[in-house]
Amino acid sequence: MIFGVNMQSKSTSVAGRIVSECAQSLMVSLWFMFLTFPIMVIRIKPLDRTIEWRWDNLFYIAIGSFFLSFIWRYLMKKKRDQGSSEDKEDWQNRIGLKMRSEPKVYITGMIVLGIAVTLFPHLFSSYQTQIMISALMYVMLGLGLNIVVGLAGLLDLGYVAFYAVGAYSYALLNHHFGLSFWMALPLGAALAALFGIVLGFPVLRLRGDYLAIVTLGFGEIIRLVLENWNKFSFGPSGIAGISRPSLFGIELTLNQHTIYLYYIMICLVLLTILVVSRLRHSRIGRAWIALREDEVACQSMGIDKTRTKLTAFALGATWAGLVGCIFAAKTTFINPASFTFMESAIILSIVVLGGMGSIIGVIIGALVLILLPEYLRAFSEYRMLVFGASMVLIMVFRPQGIISSLKQHYEFHGQSGEDLG
Amino acid sequence: MEYFLELFLGGLTRGSIYALIALGYTMVYGIIELINFAHGEIYMIGAFTALIAASVLSLLGLSGPSLLILAGVIAVIYSSAYGYTIEKIAYKPLRQAQRLSPLISAIGMSIFLQNYVLLAQTSDFLSFPALIPEFGFMEPISHIMQSSELVIIVTTALCTILLTLFIKFTRIGKAMRATAQDKTMAMLLGVNVNRVVSMTFIIGSALAAVGGVLISSHIGQINFYIGFIAGIKAFTAAVLGGIGSIPGAVLGGLILGWTESFATGYVSSDYEDVFAFGLLVFILIFRPSGILGKASSEKV
Repeated sequence: MIFGVNMQSKSTSVAGRIVSECAQSLMVSLWFMFLTFPIMVIRIKPLDRTIEWRWDNLFYIAIGSFFLSFIWRYLMKKKRDQGSSEDKEDWQNRIGLKMRSEPKVYITGMIVLGIAVTLFPHLFSSYQTQIMISALMYVMLGLGLNIVVGLAGLLDLGYVAFYAVGAYSYALLNHHFGLSFWMALPLGAALAALFGIVLGFPVLRLRGDYLAIVTLGFGEIIRLVLENWNKFSFGPSGIAGISRPSLFGIELTLNQHTIYLYYIMICLVLLTILVVSRLRHSRIGRAWIALREDEVACQSMGIDKTRTKLTAFALGATWAGLVGCIFAAKTTFINPASFTFMESAIILSIVVLGGMGSIIGVIIGALVLILLPEYLRAFSEYRMLVFGASMVLIMVFRPQGIISSLKQHYEFHGQSGEDLG
Repeated sequence: MEYFLELFLGGLTRGSIYALIALGYTMVYGIIELINFAHGEIYMIGAFTALIAASVLSLLGLSGPSLLILAGVIAVIYSSAYGYTIEKIAYKPLRQAQRLSPLISAIGMSIFLQNYVLLAQTSDFLSFPALIPEFGFMEPISHIMQSSELVIIVTTALCTILLTLFIKFTRIGKAMRATAQDKTMAMLLGVNVNRVVSMTFIIGSALAAVGGVLISSHIGQINFYIGFIAGIKAFTAAVLGGIGSIPGAVLGGLILGWTESFATGYVSSDYEDVFAFGLLVFILIFRPSGILGKASSEKV
């Protein structure tokens, strides 16, 4: 048992335990040296077909897996201990309580944040603002997918399809009919929502994991159609020269456009947060959460399963459509290569890592996952590797994400008994 | 007629590979009800290991069938080891977790493995040597069917028969069937469920590696991304035939192979993948339990 945990009784001496722990780590280390040997050590150069031996990698793997296996076992042990004791008072709850009990701190924090957000494009360069805009786009995408995955518990792996629908509807409407950004924005969102309903209607009867694969298939179909239907979507070469958003007909420089788009994004993100947080506590939002927890019980309580799921799907798609329009307006050029499965995976990992169902979690997740690789350029090629690994690790050790959504307690306050009759 | 026969055999070859990969999906799903999203990546790693092993071995002077067999065996061993390790890291700690957790973990694993190979090797297409030899007796019909196609079809048939016998008659095979039917009951009767699950991953990965080596040698090039599309299509095949059923996986693979082959031959080659995904969506809507699958209702 390589990954087994030391289950010996406490009577064994400390030295004996250290030896056995080290022996286990050594085994893991040897196993990974064997496992990664062909891929990590030997490399075939594609051009001249010579073989390159990289023995130093083997050394790094050995050291790395030796120490990581200690951490792995420690975390596993901690997870098991936590499971037995019902101790849920963690740092997050304490901060939440503190914020509620001291509204002064909360309000001051909000004001400082508001000023920082407003001044951001004036303090930093246009390049920084561009990065911030794309981070905010992912915040919106994450919050949109959060409705579908986090609240309703429907794993949608083809979310990028709705994003593509939004982007292409603005690009095509602008290209053929010269429609402005502000006209196309609601249209793009509506079209995406329509697509959500049309795609969702047949597949929402399926169970969770089937749904994941079918949505993945739909996402790929839409991308392939965009790539191959040259007459409609101009194929792989894409659509160029899409207009930027206008401001009452005032001529703006490129820099001013960026700042303008930044403020549009801030407003839309605020709108998203407002809508999502209101939705969550509404009747339909509670129905989503209930449906996520138990479908059968939900149906027996009289919740229309199909309609509830469909609303989640359509509302999630709406946000993707909105962001799609903004994406087209921001880059002024789109092609199908921007809408691959990897994009869906990034958005999903934002939701998963941030904390499924939690609004603040998703915002933090998006900012961390999008801004960090931008500023750590040297590591940007490892970005997807880290995404993948952290999705696994988060699921294993902290399935609720960085910030877990707090369970809401609802209380009934009848007015002096008259509601109760 | 000849064109039809060519498409038919092309579809059979393609379908055989899908079937080999689909067997791994179907076995894992049958036992722990998990879509092993990283299964396609195992197939890709199998192909890469075979390429690396073949390159090193041919430097040592090996060639011909012995090279194919040795490279194939190394690929099978490594893929099985990867399958075993992935299960231990990404799925076993999540046995008791919510339904979506292992699936998300599997997607993470798949992304991780793709980028691991991308970073450790290359993002370019690598040419894969034609390891399968040209047979003399295939000369007269070589314009319809290549030797490598024959090898692929025969190997798939052999693997399927061996797997069926293994599951039917060996002790561990019986334990597998018992676990698939009722995990708790099997545990009570003394079946080591963890070992059964590990074994399932090892066998499924080995079959995927066989598929990876054969199709790479047939097509002649590989890159880190081949596992993704192949994995999705093999999953389609498994669902098509009825997930959890071994004959179903083979049947589904063949149907998918033929659909793609005839669609690209007679309709349009641009939409090859669209037909595959379209078929998946169609099947799931009208017969979610698949062709040979049994419809099950949820117990409360």
